[in-house]
Amino acid sequence: MTTPAVRFGLPEGVIAVVKRECPTCRLIVPVLGELRAAGVPLTILTQDDPDFPPGLSPLDDSALAASWSLRIETVPTLLRVEDHRVADRTEGWQRDAWERLSGVRGLGAGLPPHRPGCGSRTLDPALAEALAARAVEAGDSPLRARPVALGELEDPIEAAFARGWSDGLPVVPPTPARVLRMLEGTTRPPDAVVAVVPPDYAECTVEKVAINAVMAGCLPEYLPVVIAAVEAACTDAFNVHGVLATTYFVGPMIIVNGPIARAIGLNSGTNALGQGTRANATIGRALQLVIRNVGGGRPGEVDRAMLGQPGKYTFCFAEDEAGSPWEPLSVERGLARGTSAVTIFAAEAPRAVVDQRSRTAESLAGSYAACLRTVAHPKLVGGCDVVLVVSPEHGRLFRAAEWSKTRLREEIVRRSMLPGAEIVQGAGGVAEGMPETFRDGTWPKFTAENLLFVHAGGTAGLFSAIIAGWIGRGGSQPVTREVKP
Amino acid sequence: MTERILLDPTNERVRARRPRAARPSSLEGKVIGLLDISKPRGDVFLGRLAELLEARGHRVVRFRKPTYTKPAPPDVRRAVREGCDVVVEGLAD
Repeated sequence: MTTPAVRFGLPEGVIAVVKRECPTCRLIVPVLGELRAAGVPLTILTQDDPDFPPGLSPLDDSALAASWSLRIETVPTLLRVEDHRVADRTEGWQRDAWERLSGVRGLGAGLPPHRPGCGSRTLDPALAEALAARAVEAGDSPLRARPVALGELEDPIEAAFARGWSDGLPVVPPTPARVLRMLEGTTRPPDAVVAVVPPDYAECTVEKVAINAVMAGCLPEYLPVVIAAVEAACTDAFNVHGVLATTYFVGPMIIVNGPIARAIGLNSGTNALGQGTRANATIGRALQLVIRNVGGGRPGEVDRAMLGQPGKYTFCFAEDEAGSPWEPLSVERGLARGTSAVTIFAAEAPRAVVDQRSRTAESLAGSYAACLRTVAHPKLVGGCDVVLVVSPEHGRLFRAAEWSKTRLREEIVRRSMLPGAEIVQGAGGVAEGMPETFRDGTWPKFTAENLLFVHAGGTAGLFSAIIAGWIGRGGSQPVTREVKP
Repeated sequence: MTERILLDPTNERVRARRPRAARPSSLEGKVIGLLDISKPRGDVFLGRLAELLEARGHRVVRFRKPTYTKPAPPDVRRAVREGCDVVVEGLAD
C-alpha cells in the first residue's frame, strides 16, 4: 500500500503543521525562523491563514488534505520524514523534543520549555466528515467496504434498489460521511467482527452493520442495539438460517430492555408494535438489511417463506418496565436489572386478545388460554414458543392479584389442557391434528417454558397481543444479549 | 453532502457458479443414498423408496439429518459424500 507521504508528495526533512488561530503556533514562530536559519529542510503547512507565519513561505493546507493524511490531531505538530515515511513526530511545543527531532540545539531561548498545542482543524466536527468522505474516495480511510461510484445522472436511492440492497422501501444512501457518523455510535473498531451471518456465513464487521444501519435510517445511538441484535440472531440457538429457510411466516423480532430503550426513544407505549417511532422502525429494519445484504438471505432464494408477514420489514419494540407488574424480560432471562439487552424471537404477526369483561386474574388467564389455543391450529399442541404482550390495563389485574409470571404460566398451562380425543387427526371431521397416539389423556397446548410475557402498550385498551413463534419444533430459541457500547 | 460514492453493504463475495455433477447414465452398480431430513413422514416416503430400489437389486444407504431446521452437520455431509454415488433427499412433508 502507498504511504500517505508518497501519495501527497511530502518532502523529506522536517514538517511543521500550524494554524494562526493557535496561540502556541504564534508563540513558536521565532523557533521556525531559527530552524530555517540553521539550514534545516523545513516545510511549513498552515491550516487556516495561507500567509501565516509571515515571511516563512508556508504551504497552504487549508483544504486539510495533507493534515488528514498525516493524521494531525494537534497543532503545532513537528514531523521528521525519512524515506517517504514519518520517522518521528511531536505535538505542541516541547523544546527537548523539537531539538531532538530537528537536530538543532538551543531552540526558542526566550520561551517556556513546553506549551500544549491546540486541536487540528481536521478534528473540527463540521469538517471531519467531509474530510473522511474525501479520504474514502482517495483510498485513504479506516473504512474497508468497497466504494461504489455512481454515475453523474444516477439517483442514489434508485441505485440502491438496482443493486438489490433494499428490502423494497427506499434506503438512505450509505455515503462515507453517513457511515462515519454512524460509527460514532459505538466504541468498537470498524473492522471488529460482530458475527458470521447465514446463509452465506459471511463475516460481518461493525462497519458493515453501520452501513446497513445507515440505509435503514438509524441514528448513531441506535447502533449498539443493532449490533447486539445481529449477534443474537447469528447464534446457533436462534438459528436465523432456519428462520429464513422455513416456509413458515416467522421473522426476527427484537424486544429491548434496560436504560438504552428510553435513552434512544424506543416506544413501549401507545402503538408500540405499530408505525411512527424512528428507533422501533429502523432498528428492526437494520437487522433485516444485515441478513439480506451481508448474510445473503433474500426472499425467493434462501428465504422460502410461503407468505411471510409484514413484521419482516421491521419488528422491534421496548418493554414498558416502569409500569410492569413483573420483572423485565431480560432479568427473567438472566441479566442484571438495569442492564440494556435485546431478546430476539422468531415471530409471527401479532394477533389480538380481546377481554373487556374480566375483573380477576383467573378470568383473564382463562381468556389468554382460550385465545392461545388457536395458535397454528386449535388441534395442534406443543409446537412453538409464544410471546404474550400484556397491556397496562390487563397487567394491573395481575398486579392486584399479586400473580407472578410463574403463576400466570401455570394457570395458562392448566387452562389449556386439551382432551386427546378432540385433537387427534380426523376428530371433529378435520384431518389436521395430533397423531393417534395422543388419543388417550389430556395434553397442554403449551408447556410453561413456551410462554414469554412482555409488558407494553398504551394505557387505554383492554386487549393484549399474542405473538406466536415458529412451529419448527425447537428450530429457533429466543436469545437474549447484553447491549454493549 | 455528496452522494456520488456509496459504501457496499453486502459481503462483497462473488458467487461461485459450479456445474452440476455429471448425471450417471444408469443406476447399475451405483450405491444410492437416501437422506432423511427429519421432516414428519419423510422416513415413510424414503422407506418405500428403499423397498422399491432394493427390489430392483440396488444397494441403498440411509442418512439422516438430526433436524430439518438447520443445515446438515459436517459429519452427515461427509458421510453422504463418501458413502454413495447418488443421493435422494426428501425436502418436504
